[in-house]
Amino acid sequence: MITNCQSKMVPIKGGNYIPLYGRDSMKVSINDFLMDVYPVTNKEYLAFIKKHPKWQRSKTIKLFVDGSYLREWKTDTTLNVNQKLKSPVTQVSWFAAKSYCESQGKRLPTVDEWEYVAMANKTMPDARKEEAYNQFILGWYEKPKTFNQTIGSTFRNYWRVYDLHGLVWEWTSDFNSVLISGESRKDVDKDSNLFCGSAAINATDLMNYAAFMRYAIRGSLKARYSMRNLGFRCVKDDKTN
Amino acid sequence: MKLLKTVCLLTITSLLLTSCKSEEKKEIAMVDTANIYIKGTIDAELTSPPFVPAPVGDRTAKKLLVNMEILEKEGEMTDGVKYVYWTFGGSVPGSFIRTRVGDEVEFTLSNHPDNKLPHNIDMHAVTGPGGGATSSFVAPGHKKTFSFKTLNPGLYVYHCATAPVGMHIANGMYGLILVEPEGGLPKVDKEYYIMQGDFYTKGENGERGLQPFDMTKAIKEEADYVVFNGKVGALTGDDAITANVGETVRLYVGNGGPNLTSSFHVIGEIFDKVHIEGGDLINTNVQTTSIPSGGAAIVEFKVEVPGTFIIVDHAIFRAFNKGALGMLKVTGEENKKLYSGVKQEGIYLPEGGTIQTMPDNTKKEVAVQSSNKTLAQKLKDGKNVYMKTCFACHQAEGQGIPNAFPPLAKSDYLNADVKRAIGIVLNGKTGEITVNGKKYNSVMTKQTLTDEEVADVMTYVYNSWGNNKTNVSINTVKEVKNSH
Repeated sequence: MITNCQSKMVPIKGGNYIPLYGRDSMKVSINDFLMDVYPVTNKEYLAFIKKHPKWQRSKTIKLFVDGSYLREWKTDTTLNVNQKLKSPVTQVSWFAAKSYCESQGKRLPTVDEWEYVAMANKTMPDARKEEAYNQFILGWYEKPKTFNQTIGSTFRNYWRVYDLHGLVWEWTSDFNSVLISGESRKDVDKDSNLFCGSAAINATDLMNYAAFMRYAIRGSLKARYSMRNLGFRCVKDDKTN
Repeated sequence: MKLLKTVCLLTITSLLLTSCKSEEKKEIAMVDTANIYIKGTIDAELTSPPFVPAPVGDRTAKKLLVNMEILEKEGEMTDGVKYVYWTFGGSVPGSFIRTRVGDEVEFTLSNHPDNKLPHNIDMHAVTGPGGGATSSFVAPGHKKTFSFKTLNPGLYVYHCATAPVGMHIANGMYGLILVEPEGGLPKVDKEYYIMQGDFYTKGENGERGLQPFDMTKAIKEEADYVVFNGKVGALTGDDAITANVGETVRLYVGNGGPNLTSSFHVIGEIFDKVHIEGGDLINTNVQTTSIPSGGAAIVEFKVEVPGTFIIVDHAIFRAFNKGALGMLKVTGEENKKLYSGVKQEGIYLPEGGTIQTMPDNTKKEVAVQSSNKTLAQKLKDGKNVYMKTCFACHQAEGQGIPNAFPPLAKSDYLNADVKRAIGIVLNGKTGEITVNGKKYNSVMTKQTLTDEEVADVMTYVYNSWGNNKTNVSINTVKEVKNSH
């Protein structure tokens, strides 16, 4: 069942929202777009690299991937025994993820698009103030090896999108546009516009520290990196509007 | 064809004479540690607590390779309470690093691929931006290398400084790095590594299951656990640190915090020597030394008599209620000249845990008409008595304190004999008993409770935590009292 609806996308109605790194004056507007319901799976990625051998582990250009690229796979085109077809594909670089989406006529979501959809819980488009929602996200940080779970095993959110929290981190097209330097304490310096808001560090609510971690992980990445806990999904502009 | 870089080891020795009089002399030796010459490369020995690597001694300054791995992993805070620790080197506190002044430390930080989060390291021994944090920010499945020269001798804390910094520290990401002075620290017989930390869990102290980190409590500084070496009991029982009579013990004590300052104390010992805040200043004959969070101290003392010496944070409720309790077991010959041991034994029980009052003769005791109390009422009243009187030792869920106070929950000893149990409440108890297969040897004082209170609290205990649900009547209490 899941395999059938995997490539399915759902429409996301655009709107304005204030991202974590923003201030009141920094509302971001999001256009309507379509988003994959699930993260891209091992099965789908396998099909992709069979068609595009240049993204097979042994054939990739080292400029685009690091040594961890698909490292857990048994061979170029076979998974390891402990890897499930319906688990999210991980250990892919940004370049590879981008290329996958393009092969489907799609693209990677922007940070803002991703955050906009991911702030929804099951019933509300913006659940960032809900304690249970934040506890779920934070609980995930304490669960080991969630990358072994299968897609659809978390929850369906307001937009009918699954697994934005609780499975794997996800690549975004502009993952490093909000820079967090190695020295997190510096980023809240009033003189620094890297991370707008010394307010963020004073924030005591759960939302901030759950989201902080996503910005931290994005800040630690380079486009050729790949990680066991990092997958991706694609989006597409909504041409119907 | 090496040039002898004499310039590098510039030692200025100056002789100061006080102008007015006297032959008071003061020697100041200043070495420009930035220019200490490095010869050769070695791998650093890293140890997990409570152990420390071998002393540096008088080796020359070298390039020291330190490889440390970050692991996010589940551990046990105390019996039945799980917690996901974030660790440097797999332990809380992280691996102990030992260097000497002038070493060039080449530090490689590896973030395990299974980890969820990026991390970095800020070492207080580093002179440089972020203490190295800027150069060591590393994603899971990657590693980073940077190097620094150890310019100042001392004992320093290291910790993670990735946002949210407090959370990374609260999850256990801290440890100690020792920079020994030229020629090394004086030789001692035993050295150990102890580091305090405060932990904040969603559930209250003792609540079972996997406990998530609680940011709100952390901000309010309301710690559920204050512990040495990452968990309750890390330094007790079989894990106690040890020494022999006559040996000198040196403790490298750190405080990871994130919030609380430690009042570090060893019960029954006086620190002969304390390197205050881990620096050069030495204080002698110290009872309790204050260790700020993000700070350290080196304490030394000679153990003269055998016995178990309890290590505590002397903010004492932390020790007995939140876990900040360790043990130093000293074996060897008794020395009656220094400490007699027990000369005479008996029970003196003026007070229990209840509040003491002077006898009041103006008020006549009213016979309590409570034999017809309902079970529910007895349980309610009994719980009140329990929380006032028994809680501190036997704990909220009757779980007791390992190696100190026996559990009441599912207690075979308790359930076996109601009258014996009543007798212990009324009269106190000393000496060894075996509860659920474990031996306890401690003192329970006589409790000054009315017969009704005894009946209530006993009924509460018997009807809680999986015990046999005995309903203890006032008459049974009276019976036991009179049979004595």
